[in-house]
Amino acid sequence: MAYQLLVRTATFVVTVVLASVLVFAFMAILPGSAARVSLGVNATPEAIARVEADFGVDRPLPVQYLDWAGGLPTGDFGTSYVTRRVIGPAIVDRLLVTTWLVGASMVVALVIALPLGTLAAVRHQRPSGTVLAGISQVGVAVPSFLAGLLLIALFAVKLRWLPSGGWTPPARDPVAFLRGLFLPALALGLVQGSVLARYVRSTVLNIQREDFIRTARSKGLRRWQALVRHGLRNAAIPIVTVLGLQLSVLLVGAVVVERVFTVPGLGSLLLDGVANRDLLLVQGVVMVLVVMILGINWAVDVLYTVLDPRLRARA
Amino acid sequence: MSAAGDVVDATGAPVVVADESIGDVNWSLWIGAALVGLVAAMALVSFLWTPYDPYFVDVTNRFGGPSPTNLFGTDQFGRDVLSRLMVGARTTLFVGVVSVGVAGVVGTPLGILMGMAPGWLHRVLLRGNDLLLAFPALLLAIMFAAVFGPSTTTAMVAIGIGTIPVFARIARSGTVQVMSSEYVLAARSAGRRGVRLAVRHVVPNIASLLLVQASVSFAIAILAEAALSFLQFGTPAPIPSWGLMLFQAQSVLAVNPGLTVWPGVGIAVAVLGFNLLGDGLRDRFDPRLAGHS
Repeated sequence: MAYQLLVRTATFVVTVVLASVLVFAFMAILPGSAARVSLGVNATPEAIARVEADFGVDRPLPVQYLDWAGGLPTGDFGTSYVTRRVIGPAIVDRLLVTTWLVGASMVVALVIALPLGTLAAVRHQRPSGTVLAGISQVGVAVPSFLAGLLLIALFAVKLRWLPSGGWTPPARDPVAFLRGLFLPALALGLVQGSVLARYVRSTVLNIQREDFIRTARSKGLRRWQALVRHGLRNAAIPIVTVLGLQLSVLLVGAVVVERVFTVPGLGSLLLDGVANRDLLLVQGVVMVLVVMILGINWAVDVLYTVLDPRLRARA
Repeated sequence: MSAAGDVVDATGAPVVVADESIGDVNWSLWIGAALVGLVAAMALVSFLWTPYDPYFVDVTNRFGGPSPTNLFGTDQFGRDVLSRLMVGARTTLFVGVVSVGVAGVVGTPLGILMGMAPGWLHRVLLRGNDLLLAFPALLLAIMFAAVFGPSTTTAMVAIGIGTIPVFARIARSGTVQVMSSEYVLAARSAGRRGVRLAVRHVVPNIASLLLVQASVSFAIAILAEAALSFLQFGTPAPIPSWGLMLFQAQSVLAVNPGLTVWPGVGIAVAVLGFNLLGDGLRDRFDPRLAGHS
């Protein structure tokens, strides 16, 4: 197993390096240098040359790449061409906010999906099961930013229970923090919960037909007891895989939901960067997001190996 | 990716199929087809007729509620919501067709190539594809908007490119299966190789798999376009697009929350339609897949 983990980790590292080349190349090869973009269309050639020398973008591309990528492991993302500020600390700040949001929506998704999906599976031959399955099918079709707008309309505009947006750091005011976190986490989690519920349902459906469940039932266990005692452990492996994939989706979904609720996370930083044509900032945030997605995939692979004794034995 | 080879939905999770059909009717297929048909009909009719000019601003009739003259009401500029919704359906379907088309036309041959490549090359290409899968379509589209500036074309192309590895993956796994079959062995021993083998034996046998993925990818493209337009990185105002209508509705949410309803329903109906159609098509083509995830 150790060998297998080592191979997976090495692959992960190589993939991250290749991803950084891709991100850099995409932002660098395009028409018009970063300096030209940041100075606007009316800049004189001299001004452009001066700014390019200033930022070091007149150097050969491989040198620029090594300079940029070399700083990444230490959290050095360079200095923005537009705001002239160091990018790294901003990314770390915003990452923390996004982590809270994604974590909370994952909890929401699980709280919805596990009971709903299991119930839909256990009752799959009854009308109630079909209704539950239908609800999650509709939930999948609602984009999270739409869910966000509807939640704002109901809880912030009509009922005035919760703020329609904004962000309070947990250290400053825990209550305001939770109140601000609730609606965006719900918007993201509701939709992902529906997706997850469909998956939980099919996993539990498959497991219900397994021989070991029949054996447990014939020993006199009730359906629920058999499912909880023997089924859940077997359901864990496929569900962990999907949870990992979902985490990546939540990360991307957060970009949009942060905009709806004016949450100052990584997504808002990215969108502001695009609006200000701050290409180095965009490059940095995209890199962080892609590394996180690759990291999640790697973690799922590793967890898979650890959880499934059959995969372990094969190594 | 542990779920390599499965058709994936908006989340990248393998699509879950309802395993019990009520009677023998393929409900997913028919309901899905009906919803998609509804959206398509709206788009087609809008070319010939809309209740009003979707760009016509009538300041005397702002925030008009539903009435016999304006069936779905009017927005903050007094524009007719139904007319904008109908023209918005055009944008939605157009983006879906182009981006799924780009992804299918480029991704399918790549996937077949991968599936037919010798062992080491196969592994290298597969790794490369996994790397590209780490760039979600929406993220790619935001990068494109950062560099090329926001437009419908940028959004379509970016979503299409972002979906290429999804098609490559599904075509690859289908091809691997076909290549290990006895009829391919027979064809090979008869001297059929390369492109001829791919066109004659692989493509027809993975076509149904690709069709199912196309339907599901269509739903993902619709969601991505709506999100992009909502973020104002997609279709520019004043062209009607459902995502953009939602963005404009947000600015007046406190005054008139009702404006979120119709574009929201439009997006949900279109996405639900294509998801159900994908599920239904799969049940139709391969009943054995039902219930297996």
